[in-house]
Amino acid sequence: MVLGADASFLNPDKLLLLVVLAATCACIVASMIAARAGSVPKIRRIAGLEAVEEAVGRATEMGRPILFVPGIQDMDNPMTVAGITVLSRVAGTAAQYDATLDVPVSRSLVMQAARESVQAAALQAGQPDWYDPERIRYITDEQFGYAAYAAGAMARDKPAACFYMGCFFAESLILAENGNAVGAIQIAGTAETAQLPFFVASCDYTLIGEEFFAASAYLSGAPDQLGTLRGQDIAKALIALALAAGVVMATIEAFSPATVTGPAAEVAP
Amino acid sequence: MSRSVALLICLIGGLTMLVSPFLPMATGWANDVTDWFNILAAMAFVLGGGSLLKVQLMRLSARGPGWGYSAVTLLAFVVTLWVGLGKVGVVADPSAPMVPWSGKPDDEGSAFWWIYLYVMTPITSTLFAVLAFYVASAAFRAFRAKNLEATLLLATAFVILLGRTFAGVVLTGWLPDWASGLRLENLAVTIMDVFNTAGNRAIIIGIALGVASTGIRLMLGLDRSYLGGDA
Repeated sequence: MVLGADASFLNPDKLLLLVVLAATCACIVASMIAARAGSVPKIRRIAGLEAVEEAVGRATEMGRPILFVPGIQDMDNPMTVAGITVLSRVAGTAAQYDATLDVPVSRSLVMQAARESVQAAALQAGQPDWYDPERIRYITDEQFGYAAYAAGAMARDKPAACFYMGCFFAESLILAENGNAVGAIQIAGTAETAQLPFFVASCDYTLIGEEFFAASAYLSGAPDQLGTLRGQDIAKALIALALAAGVVMATIEAFSPATVTGPAAEVAP
Repeated sequence: MSRSVALLICLIGGLTMLVSPFLPMATGWANDVTDWFNILAAMAFVLGGGSLLKVQLMRLSARGPGWGYSAVTLLAFVVTLWVGLGKVGVVADPSAPMVPWSGKPDDEGSAFWWIYLYVMTPITSTLFAVLAFYVASAAFRAFRAKNLEATLLLATAFVILLGRTFAGVVLTGWLPDWASGLRLENLAVTIMDVFNTAGNRAIIIGIALGVASTGIRLMLGLDRSYLGGDA
């Protein structure tokens, strides 16, 4: 690629965004290094993740399967990646209890990633024979085709526990209401704000936004991963301070004499 | 070794996407990464299609419960694939009228277009329409005044529901101008623009930070569960 003489190295319109991003990343990386050095943060209990074992245990006792839905987007979506992380934890627990885990997926790449993840979890749980690749199957890329399959599978198999972890759109309520109708314990997690109310209304536990992304660090318990969560909180505090400063400055500006007299001067004859 | 290569690809791809909005010269690189992903996803579809065929054929041959559904799925799969790949009923493109296959498979008038318009679209619309009933049943459970929070939720929902309909205007339209902020339609707008937006933005800021943190964990290889862990 050849740069023209007038082409700038940095996009000047996004300089502020770059500074914010760099500050956020610096907070996260610094906290990660601090956690490695021994300053491991204490993470509050996340009810939805604590309930994973309860849900899997319930399914085992009832002799009914567990349904895990990793959303309807591909592996380029961070929510799908976060969903696969939770899947590996659910699969590990299900392998220990020898419970049946069904994972219908709507993207081929997600199917491959989910298979890798579940197989590794089964190996780690000391149950390599428990892993059955046919239980992690591709259905369709089509949104409502996938929702129809999942709803039908719930009506036929009556899963005792349903997990919805990933990116969802209009199909969220179809899935959650069908799960509710068969009496399954339901745990959902997504960062799609428009779908959160539906999950909150229909599920027993919901991981809201950043809780969902914190799941992998929370479940791993690794100090460096937990450190990144503290970095997030520091960045959030800085953003809150910037917002408060912005509100104060905007208020002062609104009440300053130049602003107050400005419009009046325009209408004056 | 294969895991290290995957992590390296993740790091390079992630860094490219990260810097592309800020470096004008990297915009093309980001497009290349997106193209590679799309090619990979298209190739992986063969695995997905294979999985679908295998599972449905196994169910059909075992004559297990619901084998009829598998038969319908297989029939639809094969017919649609044949119609699409064979360009059945495709009208030749005006630029090459002598070449019968020069049109696009989903052009108006083709069999693929017909299947999409008269089979796929009605089925999808039907399922989407069912959502209205699910919303009603979910709302029935959610809006029960069990405690203070639930009562506030119920009251807010009541205001929004009335404020978005003509009933709101009829019920509170008599309020004088100085109290117009209390009219249901205005209250609904205030709740949506102030309270709802404030809460929503707080969640979105948290999500943005969560995505940044997840991205760093993935690029640095701290979180490898999507690759099958450290095994």
